[in-house]
Parts: sequence; structure tokens; C-alpha cells
Amino acid sequence: MLVRIAFAVVLLLAPVMARADVTFSGFLQQNTAFNTREANPDGRHHKWMEERAQLKLDASSGAWHLLAKGDLAWDHLGRQDQSELREAYVDYTASNWDMRLGRQVITWGLGDLVFVNDVFPKDHEAMFAGRPMDYLKRGVDAVKLGAYPEFANFELVLTPHFRESRIPDARRFHLYDPMPAVTTRGTTKPDQGDLGLRVYRDVGGWDAALYLYRGFQRTPSMRPDSMTAPTRIDYFYPQLSVYGASISGRAAEGVLSLEAAYYDSRQDRSGSDFAVPNSQTRLLAGYQIQPVEDLSLGFQYYAERMHDYGAYLVALPAGFPVDKRWSHTATARLTQFFLHQTLRLSVYASYNASNGDRFVNPELRYSFTDRIWGAVGANHYGGKPWGQFGQLARDDNLYLQMRYEF
Amino acid sequence: MKYLAIAIAALLPLPSLAITGEEVMKQSQAAFLYPGKDFKARVTMKLIGKDGGERVRELVMLRKNFGAAGGEQKYFMVFFKPADVKDMSFMTYKYPAKDDDRWMFIPAVNMVKRIAAQDNRSSFVGSDFTYEDVSGRDIEDDSHAIEREEKLGGRDCYVVKSTPKKGDADFGHKLTWVDKTNFLPLKEDQFDRKGAAYKLFTADEVAVIKGHPTVIRRTMKNQQSGHRTEAAYANSDYELGIEDSLFSERFLRQPPRKWLE
Repeated sequence: MLVRIAFAVVLLLAPVMARADVTFSGFLQQNTAFNTREANPDGRHHKWMEERAQLKLDASSGAWHLLAKGDLAWDHLGRQDQSELREAYVDYTASNWDMRLGRQVITWGLGDLVFVNDVFPKDHEAMFAGRPMDYLKRGVDAVKLGAYPEFANFELVLTPHFRESRIPDARRFHLYDPMPAVTTRGTTKPDQGDLGLRVYRDVGGWDAALYLYRGFQRTPSMRPDSMTAPTRIDYFYPQLSVYGASISGRAAEGVLSLEAAYYDSRQDRSGSDFAVPNSQTRLLAGYQIQPVEDLSLGFQYYAERMHDYGAYLVALPAGFPVDKRWSHTATARLTQFFLHQTLRLSVYASYNASNGDRFVNPELRYSFTDRIWGAVGANHYGGKPWGQFGQLARDDNLYLQMRYEF
Repeated sequence: MKYLAIAIAALLPLPSLAITGEEVMKQSQAAFLYPGKDFKARVTMKLIGKDGGERVRELVMLRKNFGAAGGEQKYFMVFFKPADVKDMSFMTYKYPAKDDDRWMFIPAVNMVKRIAAQDNRSSFVGSDFTYEDVSGRDIEDDSHAIEREEKLGGRDCYVVKSTPKKGDADFGHKLTWVDKTNFLPLKEDQFDRKGAAYKLFTADEVAVIKGHPTVIRRTMKNQQSGHRTEAAYANSDYELGIEDSLFSERFLRQPPRKWLE
């Protein structure tokens, strides 16, 4: 309701921006994902089934710019009204600094569905349920300040209220649960915000960036009230700081991307609390080439290393799955265009050599006209029952997306 | 003595052929892709299928020279149509005799991505134009020879035959009709590697803008598939004072409105 009021206010305010250059656009969309292996835990046969209309208002006047994107959506799988304000912000642009205030999507880092320095909220459910790419990220309500002195570019993001990533719904996905008998559960969200700083510039023809983040994990950890006879589980978002760097540039025939980050798990620096993720180092190397016309290939190697592995092993309760100190993942993406780039085939595959986790997502997308496009794709998951993708092994699906843009 | 003078005259090249094919193509490149310090146009490309089906691609293109003709250039493009690429922007640093640097801004995830760019012969946004047709091909990649001189549409032209030095181009050779007066390419006839007619470029309308003759309507037709692309360069203008700072991640994410008209 609040979202709709906010959106209505924005719409009403629009004409007030006298002499402003105003445009309206949007789309109508149908999105359905069919289970191809098993029914959902709630017995339904679809991961997703909804109609959605997006309205986008874009207005600018002098140094000011306003953008508002609101969705009216109806879900057929029990959630019903899913209307939301996707983004709504005001930009002010001066010659060597700028500001963006409001709900906005922020993406950092270089990974393709692998996140090293992208500490901003995602919608993991959207990815697993075959929703279009624009739903993979969630906006944050933030102030973003940009400063552009000669020697480097600065981007400071201040978020007064923490916003978490959306994780898949346990009614639709078969999620790993080490204590299924405990049904009393609660979630505590941080009552603080978070902050991030990105500094970037060109270094000898390479795009170089440094990243700092102080906030919280975006996905929750769980803590039972007792290990021996648990009656209640509390979900919480542990404190986290991230210090990272990335570079990307031309190497031989393609583009090489390198990224690293240190995840400082501030709530448990010794690694002795099993409920809080261990401090980590994350490393990513990516390479993208275009071997022939309309064909693009991308490869990534991604590693995670736990810092206090000894303490982790000691603290881990009996019966919980044991992660390895190192986790090694390889991914590949192929994108091929046909028919004057109106038909696109893309295949993304990910394999974790440390725990066997795997994910394959082929997709075919066709633009019927300049306004109507449709996509058909599949999500296939596999691995150990507690792995990121392994736990979804029964959630394979085939999805359809159809959009009319205006 | 008289015979000697005639013999020397015979050894001298004809005055009208004093220019070499390479020089014609260099001057043509300067006239077609380098005029002014900077340039802006709103480009509408109609992709027209053999059956008449039409798709429209619309963008603003900004270009700035960094050095003399044949030197470094930067390009900045923002897309308006079709709807699914609206607000996407694209930036190229073009270097002579070196691969370009390219970046793309993807609004759906609010991300700037550097993209691989070794194949300049690939299609530009699905049209019949290649990246090279839009922003130029290195003169040194081909050997050029003046085949003949002839009139085309009432204009005196050099007809230059260009043959790629390496075998990796999609065409075997091409003939370019270069206007002798303003050095604009008025027609380009490409042949595939087997010698069959391939793509045909025509400059359909030329206007003089701030003293620079400019091709404001052009067509590239693939004679083998029957598909063609008609490009109109509306609001073409030069010497706009485009800042160096435009060609940056900052403005790729948020293109300044003043350049988008």
C-alpha cells in the first residue's frame, strides 16, 4: 500500500517540475516457471506465475533528474498482490560531483553471477525462479555521492536502513534445513544502516577500483536456542566489512578481469561461533572473448578461502555438513546472436569442484517486434543436499517470459 | 633533344593520377570520419528484411577527435530504441593500428562492463553496417589502388580498389567511389572472397554542415541476403565543444541530457 501511495505521489509531483522534460514508459509482462522434477514443498507445480505491469517516469530539468519505476503485480501462487516500488530517486549533477537520493540499484565488481565486491542486495529467488535479469538486484534506499577530482573517482553510498537480499521461499524451494523439527522461528534485522566506498580510475589503460564496505551479511545466519534440545531458531544478519579491489583491461584478444576481497566477519573474528560465517578471502579471474561475429564466450574462476578453518571445525556442531577450507568454482557463459541480433541463445554453467555444486541455465530469447520479446529457459541444479545449488536439486524448472514494452 | 623531352614526359605520371590509391582513401577517411574537432548526430537505423519487415534502432552518437585525421578518436552512444535497449550506452576508444577499448552500460543491473572488441567486421547492433563502417577501418589493413576515374551521379570520382592484406576480413576486395571534390565515399561495392557481389554502400544524401560535407543518409545492402539497413543522421552538427570528461564511466552511467537531443 505504502509503495502505491509513494508511486502515486511521484506521479502527481511530476507535472510540478515546471518545464521539465518528462517521459513515461513501461511494460506488461507474463512470467511463468514450471517445475520439471518435483512439486514445491507446498504442493504447487510452479515456481513462478505472475502478471506484472511496470510504469516508469523519467523527468529532467537542468541539473535535476527524477526517475521512478513502480510495478503492479499479481502472483497466482498464493502471494497475490506483489506491487512494489522498484526504484525512485532524484539526481543532482554538478560539474565535478553528483548525488543520487532515493531507492536505487547499485552493482559493484566485475563478476557474472559471482559476487566478490558486489555487497548490495540481490534477489536470489528471482534468479532461481527464472525471472528476467532486471529482477536479480534489489534497490537500496540510499544517498550516493559521487566526486570526480582529477586523480580519481569516488562513490560513497550511505544507507540509513539495512536491506537484505531476498532468499528463496521455503514453500516454493526445497531448502536445506539442519533442524526441520524446530518450527518456532524469528528474524532480527539490523536496526542500523551500512556504508560503502568505491574509488576508481584508469591505471595504464586498465580500469582499477578499490572497494570498502561496512555493514552486514545480506543473507541471514541461523542460531538455535539450544544445540541439544532446540525449541527456537533466530535468523540474524552478522556484521561484515569487506575490503576489495578489481582491475579489468584488454589482454590478447579479450578482456581480462581480476577481483579480490577480504571479508572481515566482525561478529566472530576468531571463527569460533559456528552460526556466523568465517572470515573469508574471495578471488575471481574472468576472461571474455568474441571469437567470431555475434558470439561471445566468458569464463570465470572463483575461489573462497576460510580464514579460521581450525576454529570452524572445532565449533561446528555434530551432524552439520562440513565445508572445505577452499572452495573452487568455474563458470562459463556462451552468448550467440542470430537473425540480426533479434534471437539470442545464452548458456550459463557453473561447477564447484570442492563440493560438486552445479547450475546450468540455457535461455533462448527472441524479439518478435521492437516492442515484444519472449524468452524460454531452464534452470538445472545439482550437488550435495546442503550446497548453494545442490539443495535446489529438486527445484529444476522451465520458464517463460513475455514482455510488451511501451 | 625533342625526343628526349617526350621520353621524359612519358615517364612522368599523368597529372590526374598523381595521387595514389592510399592517399585517396586517407583523404576520404579524413572527410568521412574525422571532420571537425567533434561531431554529434541522432542516428536512426532501419533494418529492412528481404520481406520488407522493419526494425528500428535509434541512438545518439557523439564523437571527438584526439589528434589529426587517422589518429585516436572516442565515441559515445546512447540508445533510445528498441525499448529493451533504451538507456543503454556504449563507449569506444578507437586507436589507429590497435584494438579498440569498449565499454557498455547495462541499465537493467546498473553495471558498466568492459567488452571484448577484436572483431571490427561484426555487425553494429544487428544492422548491415559493421563497427568499421560506423567508425572506420585502418587504412593500413588494405592495399589500395586507383582502378579508374568515372562520374557517379554527376560527380567526378576516383574508383579505388582495396584488398585486405590479411585473409581474415569478411570481404575479398571492395571498390570505393570517392568524390574528387570533397573526398566523401559515395558508393562502396564489396565482393566476398570468392569474388561474388556482397555488400553495397551508398551515400544517399550529402549536406554541408558548418562547412563539412556530411553524408546524412546512407544505406548498406547485403546483396546476398537481400537485407538492408538505411541510416539517417539527423541533427548532425560539429564543433560542439564536447568535453574530454564525457568519455568516462561517470557519464556512461548518466549521460548528460544536453548531448541527447
